[in-house]
Amino acid sequence: MSAVAQDSSMSDSDAAETVGRFDNPALMRRRRREEVRFQAYGLIAIALGMSFLVILFGTIIRDGWTAFFQTSIELPIKFDAAEIDPDGTRNANALAQANYQKLANQALYGQLGVDPSSRAQRQAANALVSRDVDSQLRAMVASDPKIIGTTQNVWVLASGNVDAFAKGKIDRELPQENRQISDQQISWIDKLTASGAMEKSFNTGLFTNTASSQPETAGLAVALLGSFYIMLIVVLLSVPLGVAAAIYLEEFAPRNRITDIIEVNINNLAAVPSIVFGLLGLAVFINFAGLPRSASLVGGLVLTLRTLPTVIIATRASITAVPPSIREAALGVGASKVQSVFHHVLPLSLPGIITGTIIGLVQAIGETAPLLMIGMVAFVVDVPSSPLDPATALPVQIYMWATEAERGFVEKTAGATIVLLGILAVMNILAMVLRKRYERKW
Amino acid sequence: MNYRVTALVAATAAVGLFAADSASARDQVKIAGSSTVFPYAKIVAENFAKANAGLKAPVVESGGSGAGLKQFCDGVGEDKIDIANSSRRIKKGEQETCTKNGVADVVEVKFGYDGIVFASDVKGAAFAYEAKDWFNALAPEIVVDGKLVANPNKTWKEVNAAFPEWEVVAYIPGEKHGTREVFEEKVLVAGCKATGAEKLIAEKLQAAGTAEDKVKSAAEKACAKVRKDDGGKHAIDIDGDYTETLARLQANKESIGVFGLAFYENNTDKLRVATVGGVTPSVETISSGKYPVSRPLFFYVKKAHVGVIPGLKEYAEFFVSDKMIGEDGPLAQYGLVPLPEAEAKAVRETVKDLKPLAPLS
Repeated sequence: MSAVAQDSSMSDSDAAETVGRFDNPALMRRRRREEVRFQAYGLIAIALGMSFLVILFGTIIRDGWTAFFQTSIELPIKFDAAEIDPDGTRNANALAQANYQKLANQALYGQLGVDPSSRAQRQAANALVSRDVDSQLRAMVASDPKIIGTTQNVWVLASGNVDAFAKGKIDRELPQENRQISDQQISWIDKLTASGAMEKSFNTGLFTNTASSQPETAGLAVALLGSFYIMLIVVLLSVPLGVAAAIYLEEFAPRNRITDIIEVNINNLAAVPSIVFGLLGLAVFINFAGLPRSASLVGGLVLTLRTLPTVIIATRASITAVPPSIREAALGVGASKVQSVFHHVLPLSLPGIITGTIIGLVQAIGETAPLLMIGMVAFVVDVPSSPLDPATALPVQIYMWATEAERGFVEKTAGATIVLLGILAVMNILAMVLRKRYERKW
Repeated sequence: MNYRVTALVAATAAVGLFAADSASARDQVKIAGSSTVFPYAKIVAENFAKANAGLKAPVVESGGSGAGLKQFCDGVGEDKIDIANSSRRIKKGEQETCTKNGVADVVEVKFGYDGIVFASDVKGAAFAYEAKDWFNALAPEIVVDGKLVANPNKTWKEVNAAFPEWEVVAYIPGEKHGTREVFEEKVLVAGCKATGAEKLIAEKLQAAGTAEDKVKSAAEKACAKVRKDDGGKHAIDIDGDYTETLARLQANKESIGVFGLAFYENNTDKLRVATVGGVTPSVETISSGKYPVSRPLFFYVKKAHVGVIPGLKEYAEFFVSDKMIGEDGPLAQYGLVPLPEAEAKAVRETVKDLKPLAPLS
């Protein structure tokens, strides 16, 4: 009786306590507050992360979008026969040697009303157009010698400083001695802009030009091609090697100490700092194997080593994800081990392999440190026609432009970063689309 | 599916073979070295390709004078570089390494001068330095009342009453840069001598039993040392380029950085230059010798590669032509201080005859 009473009283008090918890408004409020607080922490974490991202992308895009535009000046250039081809022979060599810079400068003096007898005035005016104007005019004459003797309106590139000024990167309010552009030059620029002879247009040169010491003629062609060759070599080498290694380790290798050691070492390899791969590349591929320095082939080989562990790990993970029942069913109807792997397991794990490979490639395309050791951080003017020619890569070009003294390279650096980020984004989206499309749930 | 595996293996092997078989003849000049010379070499390389139709533009790397000369002296052969850029003269030890590795004949080409300037943020205070100010600011031990004591100066005002009350923070080039050596020799050692510290250091060394004939060089070496007290915050080595120094300067507006004249001239809207010995650095004051902190710039040509690598001699000749290094040339426009006419003529002779450098003493 007493025991029952005790029992009931206990359960009563328990129930009362439980009811009391739900009943107690103070406790309930506290619990709710905790929930709200935790969600707020999560939101703050995301907001902080996003704001860093926005600041990073914001500054890059703010500094870099102007790199996709280029200031040009329209000049009525008189292709004076006496200047270009005094002998009238139209000899190709003579045409190439003519002083085209002078033609552009004279057109500019006429346009601006510069007194040609004053050396200071002449120099100030000459500094408005790019030093590269001679190659532009030379190419025009070479492709069509009939323009000699005529006057043509030609859009020529403005110099890097004029371009920076037109884009507001040089402050007009600074005292003249602290500015790269003089007051006189500013008044000329204003005059040209007002008459419509100075305009910004899309900068195709950013993609087609090669390395240059002047910002207005510097472009990414060598870096884009170099990065392309490197990616090609990385795909050609790391996919077959990585997939073969992963299939063997996962499907055929006996489970013993040796395979354990191999597995640990593959994971170690993935964690080795990339500069070490550069040192290895220098010692093995260049000094021992005698491959040419600065070649994208060596860059590709080094980055293959860097990408290989990523591909192996991703491939192994997606092979493990294929349910054993599939293998057993294949073996059950009489397929050999190799047939079960190549007819069933590999096709089913393909989406995972492709995603892993693309992520490995994304890592490789952003790699700079190993390329430093093998001489790919270099000034390369000629477009590489094969992976054996000297080349640079996109991140290397960004690094090199970042160290330039001229103001025009600041926007080039950010512009090249936008290009690199764009390529990375496309590759990441591709990886996501492929995964979503071919992914199979068991 | 087996044949697919075979195909993959075959493709891999093919790429491997292609890789191993690639020691083909090189048809462009390869250059490495000083980051100070790098922009000049780039301008020349670019114009070289434009002016010489059949020849390819050289490939130029930068990474410091010491690193470049090390690569240069590594040996003779297609996989070795042809030219080393240097912002200081080759050292005796480096020349010996060269000779040991079979790089016997090296042609030294001096192509101009570069000034080293001290600058602070454009809105900062104006400085008028003497060499002794730098020594008193950065040396580990300085002379106070005729005795060598650990450097007590924490602010520039303590160094020189005319200076603002900024903490002594100087961004100086790291030891792999040729600029560092010039800074040590023309500024720190000069200041050491001017304050009389060198004499005291020499006496101390003599008392410690250093051999008579070694005292002078040992004292100079000690003079070039930079203080490391207060966690090394007074003198900070910059191993990167001048852009890094500029970024540091903009982060800490009350500091001083060491730059090349050309870099300063391209960034006059961000930097305020200091005078040394009352002289403002400029192409004119450096070429006339009035501004004290300047140094010659060099490149070194591997004679054994001339005639093997196409365009090597042509590049060297093009570099020293009046069109490039002359007073109106693009290098001077970038900030190079041109050679005096007589020196330029001598250099052109050296390049034309490929006269090798005599062993240094």
